[in-house]
Amino acid sequence: MADRRGTTIYLYELAWILPSFAIPVGMLVALVVTAFGAGVHLPGVEGRVDPTKVAESALFKTPGVVEIAPGQYEVRMTAQIWSFAPNEIRVPAGSTVHFWATSKDVVHGFLIPKHIVNLMLLPGQVAHAQVRFDTPGEYPIICHEYCGIAHHTMAGKVIVEARR
Amino acid sequence: MTRSEHRLAAAFLLVAFVSLFGGALTGLFQALEHAGVDVHPHTPVIRSYYHSLTLHGVLNVLVWTTFFICGFVPFLTARALGRPLASAGLAWGTFWLMLGGLVLAAIPLLGNAATVMFTFYPPLKAHWAFYVGLTLVVVGTWLVLLNLVLTWRAWRAATPGARTPLAAFMALATFAMWTIASLGIAAEMLVMLIPWSLGLVAGTDPLLARVLFWFTGHPIVYFWLLPAYISWYTLAPRQAGGKLFSDPLARTSFLLFLILSTPLGFHHQYTDPGIHTGWKLVHAFLTFAVFFPSLLTFFNVVASLESGARARGGRGWFAWFAKLPWGDPSLAAQVLAMLLFTFGGIGGLINASYNLNLVVHNTAWIVGHLHLTVGTAVTLTFMGVSYWLVPHLTGHALWSRRLALWQVWLWFGGMIVFSNTLHRLGLLGMPRRTMIGAVPYMQPEWKALLPLVGLGGAVLFLSSMLFFLNLLLTWAVSRSPAGVPPEFAEALSGPEHAPAILDRWRPWIVTAFVLIAVAYGPTLLRLALTTPFNAPGFRVW
Repeated sequence: MADRRGTTIYLYELAWILPSFAIPVGMLVALVVTAFGAGVHLPGVEGRVDPTKVAESALFKTPGVVEIAPGQYEVRMTAQIWSFAPNEIRVPAGSTVHFWATSKDVVHGFLIPKHIVNLMLLPGQVAHAQVRFDTPGEYPIICHEYCGIAHHTMAGKVIVEARR
Repeated sequence: MTRSEHRLAAAFLLVAFVSLFGGALTGLFQALEHAGVDVHPHTPVIRSYYHSLTLHGVLNVLVWTTFFICGFVPFLTARALGRPLASAGLAWGTFWLMLGGLVLAAIPLLGNAATVMFTFYPPLKAHWAFYVGLTLVVVGTWLVLLNLVLTWRAWRAATPGARTPLAAFMALATFAMWTIASLGIAAEMLVMLIPWSLGLVAGTDPLLARVLFWFTGHPIVYFWLLPAYISWYTLAPRQAGGKLFSDPLARTSFLLFLILSTPLGFHHQYTDPGIHTGWKLVHAFLTFAVFFPSLLTFFNVVASLESGARARGGRGWFAWFAKLPWGDPSLAAQVLAMLLFTFGGIGGLINASYNLNLVVHNTAWIVGHLHLTVGTAVTLTFMGVSYWLVPHLTGHALWSRRLALWQVWLWFGGMIVFSNTLHRLGLLGMPRRTMIGAVPYMQPEWKALLPLVGLGGAVLFLSSMLFFLNLLLTWAVSRSPAGVPPEFAEALSGPEHAPAILDRWRPWIVTAFVLIAVAYGPTLLRLALTTPFNAPGFRVW
């Protein structure tokens, strides 16, 4: 009797353990396939910049928007309490924008909702993201990391203009 | 069990309750702010929304959890081993050290000199007393482990050959895991933040600080959660009138938590520059691995509850659920906490997904998630535990069982509204940790949902006040004697079925360190060798 109960429990355990193992493995496979299949890009190691000398660095000497190729724009941006520079970016619809950004003081965030641009801007680190804007409209750039008493005022915008 | 164990547990719990009160009050203020009613300018002490938010985070996730755990877990261990803690002097010394640390941290915290959130990312620079105080609290938790180990060794010497009782085994695994995990925050504090805040070094480095913080910052969630699991595994089955389904499976899951909880912190830093994407992916893999012991726990605990419900006449595949003893607020709290935690677990997988994280990182979604895990799985379970532990410690029966049931269900309902709304707001791109009523980029679709944050928060606040009222009246008014506290559950498949390897510590602890060395070693080494520590501090609040 005791043996039969032991066997039953063992079978129940096994019937749960095997799928418990298979489910995370299956999800991992799905994750890897979608991450690389869909070309999702996370920030990696892009280099350092002296946080006290950002304005003198080659990359961030002149923050702004530059067209580097047809339909390809490069934005060099600094974040500081409590603003982004530049704080307004105009590009035509269908453009791909390459963001290069860093912080001059504390940790800031960089979020463009609905466009899956989500970056932390750390003093000392260069951050990079790229994204394509297809639909004309105005999209906020939001600092989504607490950065002091006026954190909630820190925002910029991307204006995507219709192509004529 | 001596009188000293009771008084010690009561002292820790008292501090925990006082902090939860402060955390609940400030939480209400933030929820109201989101709903369009900013009361912060009219409050004493609290200087800003962000001051309030820092208090809420520190008091709830750092103080309430840690002090409750350091009271509850040693108490339970002593009961499981049937002997007092090895050193009452050490235990009380630990309590006073932790309380001293808390007071030291609380002075700048209340004085708006440490408005840096509970994550305290530099180069935001708090007063040194904040860092030193929190470090003393962490050191206190190591002393709790020391006392648990000494107690366990004394027990083993007195009962050679016996299997460690499950609750004591789990307590040791939890504190061992935490002590390994806390090495990150200890290094951040001792090497970086404390010398920097004292002016001994000029600069710091935000990336290295964040890596060390999240080394501890993810497993700290398991440090909060595993004591709730201890109650779910060792007491709740008995409270439900049943038996623990499988003791060996329970031990296995805790050992897996011991080795897997720490080497996965990069999943909090997917969006950080300065960490190779390959290592981020490795941490994603390991985060999914820790889902395995979570699934084992889910099965084992549900099967145990089912055994109780069936013994009470429950039938069917799902209908048995209604036959649980829902009139017991202690069990009801825990079962409702488990229910919501299911969604917390699913949300956690989304957060840990290398790619989906980009949608939710640092949005209100994360706030919704944390309120399901720490705010419900842990907090509601600890409330349920309090409903037997406080009567046991005071000797007075719970003042009102009915009020306790109302409290538990209000938490459940309030949290569904609150957390669901925050998850949705996060998907709509609303940032977390932001005074949302004052933003220049308010979106109409956020505005429609924000009143629900206020409603959910208000219900949660009401629930927490009913909790405190009931405990207060239990202590001060109730005069009928307390009932017997829940006994440890027997197991359908007992410890005698567990392989001997489950009762050894060294192989598991070595494995934990090896996994940490693999997952963190290269990145930590690179940062240690190349970091210039040239970021100055700022006090901008």
